[in-house]
Amino acid sequence: MNITVIDYGLSNLLSVERALTHLGAQVTITGEADQIRQATALVLPGVGAFHDGMDGLDRLGLIPVLQEKCAGGTPLLGICLGMQMLFEESEEFGLHKGLGLIPGRVVRIPDLDAEGNPQRVPHTSWDPLLVPEEGALARPGQDFAGTVLGSVQPGQECYFVHSYEAKPAEAQYRLADTVYGGRRVCAAAQKDRVIGFQFHPEKSGPVGLALLKSFLELCEG
Amino acid sequence: MESKKKVRLIARLDVKGENLVKGIQLEGLRKLGDPHEFACRYYQQGIDELLYIDIVASLYGRNNLSEIVRRTCSDVFIPVTVGGGLRSVEDVRHILSMGADKAAINTAAIKDPTLITQVAESFGSQCMVLSIQAKKSRERAGCWEAYYDNGRQHSGLDVVEWAKKGVELGAGEILLTSVDCEGLQRGMDLDLIRAVTSAVNVPVICGGGAGKAADLIAAAEAGASALAAASIFHYNKTDVPRLKAELRAGGLEVRA
Repeated sequence: MNITVIDYGLSNLLSVERALTHLGAQVTITGEADQIRQATALVLPGVGAFHDGMDGLDRLGLIPVLQEKCAGGTPLLGICLGMQMLFEESEEFGLHKGLGLIPGRVVRIPDLDAEGNPQRVPHTSWDPLLVPEEGALARPGQDFAGTVLGSVQPGQECYFVHSYEAKPAEAQYRLADTVYGGRRVCAAAQKDRVIGFQFHPEKSGPVGLALLKSFLELCEG
Repeated sequence: MESKKKVRLIARLDVKGENLVKGIQLEGLRKLGDPHEFACRYYQQGIDELLYIDIVASLYGRNNLSEIVRRTCSDVFIPVTVGGGLRSVEDVRHILSMGADKAAINTAAIKDPTLITQVAESFGSQCMVLSIQAKKSRERAGCWEAYYDNGRQHSGLDVVEWAKKGVELGAGEILLTSVDCEGLQRGMDLDLIRAVTSAVNVPVICGGGAGKAADLIAAAEAGASALAAASIFHYNKTDVPRLKAELRAGGLEVRA
């Protein structure tokens, strides 16, 4: 399986590359539009600020390329900031436009928890993946069977580190939630073959590796 | 139902040259073996994060952990923080390129606080861990002073004020080590933990002095978001699953 990891000059690509290689994938790391046009499966990693990430993609001329690829059905996995950039806009350091591949926006995690007590931001924690309470993919009380998360059981934990959270415009795009400060936070989103993980699967031990393996299988299928 | 406090459990690996070492109050080092083997063992047992510190780097002005970090990050798929002798954005970039996720910076941040902002702006604040070595102040009761060069040099900075300033400058996490308690395994400095965690709104990793589960539980209750321990693990006093079970029994939530 060939996976193209998008290098837009910002993030730590090595961890993602190593995890994918560990699972037997052949990884190409590139920021070149021509190579990305040829890709059969894409991973958009990312840490850092939203506008820096979008600027990085823009400088390389990748925004229309990624939009065309996804419209054509190429699977794309966005991780952390890479997930947030899949949405329409973010309010991180002013309002900035995203790739618009999944309807919705990205907002700051509140400084207060559900009960009004101060909470720490960034949200840095291993927290559970939960079936969303509503939406097309949600089957409350059930598991993730039949989705890219099918290899994990609800409640299994992944590593999160983020100060902003995605708010999908409609519940049907919510693939998994987690809980921080007593509130539901979008942990994974999907529209067609565009998938976003807010957590870091490459840093989430065996559970995270199983999820990346599921993504590889989805790319092959 | 009141939700339980969730904490991360971090194994701290102090490295000198090619060896895992452990000292007392950051002095009197004992060699324990190949750090990579310890790292892999803790990963397989379910540790939540690893913290590598090159403890002689500040003396020589450079971090020598590249090769160890590179090896570990090929086999270990959890967050890895690296510290010791990181002096510039370029040093951080290099250690991240070896596979580290976060950089812990002490000495260089004290000498030039703008480095905190530079690192946060270059790689995100989640990557910039401000490492603070705290020692009780002799002059001012109830205060702590920030030390550097592995607990040898004192900065004159008040720990709580320095923590607040570090967060303002862009630190996304604080690694708080009590030099007074470090290596003694007689419990952590809970007053210190309370003072710092109530002053900042970013996660605080607390370390120094844990000898048993009860010490870690007390630190979590005092406000720690994550617990760093070395002796507990290195000397085979317990293993990760057993320790996590004890933390759970003590009322904390930890990753399964």
